[in-house]
Amino acid sequence: MNDLIEIRWHGRGGQGAKTASLLLADAAFNTGKYIQGFPEYGAERMGAPITAYNRISTTPIRIHCNIYNPDYVVVVDDTLLNSVDVTAGLKESGAIVINTTKDGETLKKLLKGYKGHIYTIDARTVSIETIGKYFPNTPMLAAVVKVTGIIPEKDFLKDMEGSFKHKFAKKPEVIDGNMKALEVALQRVVKVQ
Amino acid sequence: MSIRERLSGNEAAATAMRQINPDVVAAFPITPSTEIPQYFSTFVSNGAVDTEFVAVESEHSAMSACIGAEAAGARAMTATSSNGLSFMWEVLYIASSLRLPIVMSLVNRAVSGPLNIHNDHSDAMGARDAGWIMLFSESNQEAYDNLLMAHRIAEHKDVLLPLMVCQDGFITSHSIETIDLLEDDVVKKFIGAYKPEHYLLNSKEPISMGPLDLQPYLFEHKEQQAQAMRNAKKVILEVADEFEKLTGRKYGLFEEYKLDDADVAIVCMNSTAGTTKFVVDQLRKKGIKAGLLKIRVFRPFPAEEIAKALSKVKAVAVLDKAESLNAMGGALFTDVTSAMYVNNVHVPTVSYIYGIGGRDTKTDDIEKVYNDLLEIVETGKIDNPYRHLGLRTKGAEK
Repeated sequence: MNDLIEIRWHGRGGQGAKTASLLLADAAFNTGKYIQGFPEYGAERMGAPITAYNRISTTPIRIHCNIYNPDYVVVVDDTLLNSVDVTAGLKESGAIVINTTKDGETLKKLLKGYKGHIYTIDARTVSIETIGKYFPNTPMLAAVVKVTGIIPEKDFLKDMEGSFKHKFAKKPEVIDGNMKALEVALQRVVKVQ
Repeated sequence: MSIRERLSGNEAAATAMRQINPDVVAAFPITPSTEIPQYFSTFVSNGAVDTEFVAVESEHSAMSACIGAEAAGARAMTATSSNGLSFMWEVLYIASSLRLPIVMSLVNRAVSGPLNIHNDHSDAMGARDAGWIMLFSESNQEAYDNLLMAHRIAEHKDVLLPLMVCQDGFITSHSIETIDLLEDDVVKKFIGAYKPEHYLLNSKEPISMGPLDLQPYLFEHKEQQAQAMRNAKKVILEVADEFEKLTGRKYGLFEEYKLDDADVAIVCMNSTAGTTKFVVDQLRKKGIKAGLLKIRVFRPFPAEEIAKALSKVKAVAVLDKAESLNAMGGALFTDVTSAMYVNNVHVPTVSYIYGIGGRDTKTDDIEKVYNDLLEIVETGKIDNPYRHLGLRTKGAEK
């Protein structure tokens, strides 16, 4: 792993991209990494495009600005591909992870010739199968862990169980579904050739 | 032993307040500091603190309640931002003139108008002459550490002044970062019990606070306040020494980052200092001797020390996150240049207004400032000392 990994999340208000970025920070923190997790606050409302960020490093992080040249980009909602320049500044040595069912050719066109790796996951199906409702952030969190390799998958799953128990203390009935969503999502990430 | 955690700046401030366990907290919510009283009220409900939490109806009342509590002999704290601080304005002066060591967590945000909820330092700059000690924090860690040191400084018998700990709204207040916390009992021991010498609820010494103070005395009382502010410098350093022994984390009046042999230096406060350190490291790799002077203590202003620290560089840029609208440059810039002038330090110095209303300050922006300074060193010319960083101008979209 590089000293510093920078990740940018694109989602829509209400889909949990901010929460996912904070959970990723949590999981990386628990493996001893230095972390930052922060959303870009704008005029948020349900459905509007939002951005969130993660820095994960083996050394203390001092930089305090948004991320303009991320190593990885996560797109929680593929309708954003038409309106937001999601690959802006994205390193070609990095990768983009998209929640979509679109095929590789369509994606390549939408990403305007991005030369790095493209990964997809059908987070909607995973979420409905496991949680019973559409919460794309949980499967997307697992997809990012899979693609970046910043946390060993076993450690990640163990750690997330603790995080979910804390986060869902008032509705423990959803913990199993969310854990299942992570496990399934880790297996459903596909690399676009 | 410290506890490694990951907390937002607001969580860090609320945690410090929980560990301090003040007698009274009076606050009114305002973005982006709302979470601080919100978390703190949870601590009150859960019995984690035995503080009297006063949910007032305005910031003016919040500060007034803190004044009443502190005058009565209690340790009082509050948190606010932006217009909340503006609304406290007249009572800020009452707090400092009554010599009440109230501690405030100020999460910096632009003062309206037009309405903006994001970070700049216009709120703090509006209160800079109110007689409050002002500490600035680069990170969540510093926001936490500064709050832990706050009461020891403010309540010192040679000081007795209110103190505000500033941090950048959203940039640190809403960013989760790695942080090292102290154990509750270690904090309790470090801060100690509050034993005011004079207070209203002391039946053995009936006193009056805040009566009419006319021509024969006000001047002398103001000079006593001014002397207390001057005394604060020494106390701040003493407390920092003790804190370093406890934590290993070193604090001074300001931090010099690779300034020793620097040709060009930036002076700034709060989170931008972190971004600047990152850029300094990158420029150093290219052989450019860049350095940083990060202000921690803005009031009292360490004029002599700053002038000395900047005396060997060849050009300085002072970054102000508030537009003072004075037609000559930022508030920090005018303080730094005055400090240099009266201490006979003559280094070319320019003012940059930046980050207004939450405009993100990128590493490229900071690098541009260093490049501008290198140009000043090379040409010896300053065309315009009053500059803007990251400002979009007509016909030249950034």
